[in-house]
Parts: sequence; C-alpha cells; structure tokens
Amino acid sequence: MNLFSQEVPLSWYLLLSAVLFTLGVVGFLIKRNLIAVFMSIELMLNAVNLSFVTFAHQWNAVKGQIFVFFVMMVAAAEAAVGLAIIIAVFRARATLAVDRIDLMKL
Amino acid sequence: MHLILFIVFAGFCLAGAINLLLQSHPINSALSLIVVMTSLAVLYLLLGAEFLAAAQVIVYAGAIMVLFTFVVMLLNAGREERTMRSRAARAVGFPAVVAILGVIATVILKAQGLDTATLGQGLTDAKGASNIEELSRILFTELLLPFEVTSVLILVAILGAVALASHGDGSRRANGERTAAK
Repeated sequence: MNLFSQEVPLSWYLLLSAVLFTLGVVGFLIKRNLIAVFMSIELMLNAVNLSFVTFAHQWNAVKGQIFVFFVMMVAAAEAAVGLAIIIAVFRARATLAVDRIDLMKL
Repeated sequence: MHLILFIVFAGFCLAGAINLLLQSHPINSALSLIVVMTSLAVLYLLLGAEFLAAAQVIVYAGAIMVLFTFVVMLLNAGREERTMRSRAARAVGFPAVVAILGVIATVILKAQGLDTATLGQGLTDAKGASNIEELSRILFTELLLPFEVTSVLILVAILGAVALASHGDGSRRANGERTAAK
C-alpha cells in the first residue's frame, strides 16, 4: 500500500480501539494502585469512544458523535465522584494499594 | 498523508497505553494517559469529528487528567508495590482478555462493507458545512431532554464529590498529621 495513500481502512481504527480496550482491561487486572486502576477504566472508555466515532463515520450518522459527547460528560461526572471516593478511602485506610483495601473480601 | 498520520498517532496511542501499564509511579501513568488522549483527538480529527477532537482535548486531556494529577499529588501517591497476589487475575483474567481480543479482532477483520476513511471528509461533506452545525442542531432539538438531564447528572456529581471528599473527621485527621509532622 502506498504510504502517502489518502485512505485508511476503518477496520484499522476498530482494531486500534479493540487493542486499547484490551490494554485497559489488562491494566485493570495488573495495576495495584487505586488511581492507576481508575486510569485503566478511563482508557477503556476512550477506546470505546474511538469505535463510536469510527462507526459514525461508517454510517455517516452524526448521532454516533453525539453519543461520544454524552459518554464524555458521564466520564467527567464519574471521574469527579470516583476521585472523591479515592480520597475518602485514603482517609479511612491511609493506603492506595488495592490489596490492602479488602474489608469486603470473604 | 492520512496513512502516515494514522500510523504515527496510533503508534503514540499504543505506546502511551503500554507505558501506562509499565510505569510503577502513578504520575507517570497519568502523563502517558494524556499522550493517549491527545493522540485520540488527532484520530477523531482524521475521522471528521472536529468538535469531538476539541472536546477530547479540553475535557479529557484538560479537565479530567488535571483532576487525576491533582489527586495523585494531593495523596502523595508513591510507587506501587507489585504484589502478584491475585491468582484469579492470572488464571482466569489473562486468558479471558486474550479471548476477548481474539473474538473482537476476528469479527472486525471478517466484517464486510467497512469503508475507508479519507482525509478531510467530514460527515456532512456534501453540504459543505462543518458537522458542528448538524451536531448541535440534533443535540438541541431531538436530544434536548437527554442533554438537560446530563446537566442534572453533573450537578449531582459535583454535590456527591463535595460530600464524599469532605466526609467525616477529615479536618481533625489533617490537624493530627500536621502536628505529627512537627
């Protein structure tokens, strides 16, 4: 394929989105810091947004982009509340390691 | 040109995401996430979503990540301890992750009728206008109710964040720490 080609298959964007989502899941599993786990969740949200925009391009539908806009607003609300919860947890337990926050574990 | 831009910024995205996983200090992870989000804004621009590219930079890379770095500094988060304590993650999680990626990739690669993206081709290119016009028209007519409900959601989130962050004996504990530091 010509490197200066004007066209990129949309499946590449979708594959990038899938890989980013998977990296987010892996981060959610291996990170041991509460803030880093939360950042992995944000990475997953971003990956899904990319596939929304790609499909909006595919179907020539602007509503897909509006959905991304709503996802961004919900993510902003989620980040504010989530970080407040992290601060409250840190006050109560004085740690950010998810292994030590195991009060609800059997 | 489009292909070069896609390869460069997709590479930035993947490098940032992998770096997020490898860094053990949360502030480095946050900075990698900013790289990912800014590169995604460029990819949105390539797909003809100008408004979302701007919103991505302002809301995600700006507001949300500032909040993250602020909390990292406020809590003085140090290096994370790498405990490989979670056996469930290793035994079930990683095979499941590989399976998810395999299924999604197969579906995408077998999908028929996916177009190609061309540089500078917006959604309403035929009308010769930016798609912000079309987007705001739908947002403020058809989807006005969800839009207004979202403002209530933001308000509730602000109240919840304030209530959670100022909860309990926070001031007393802060004073105790200050005297302990002396």
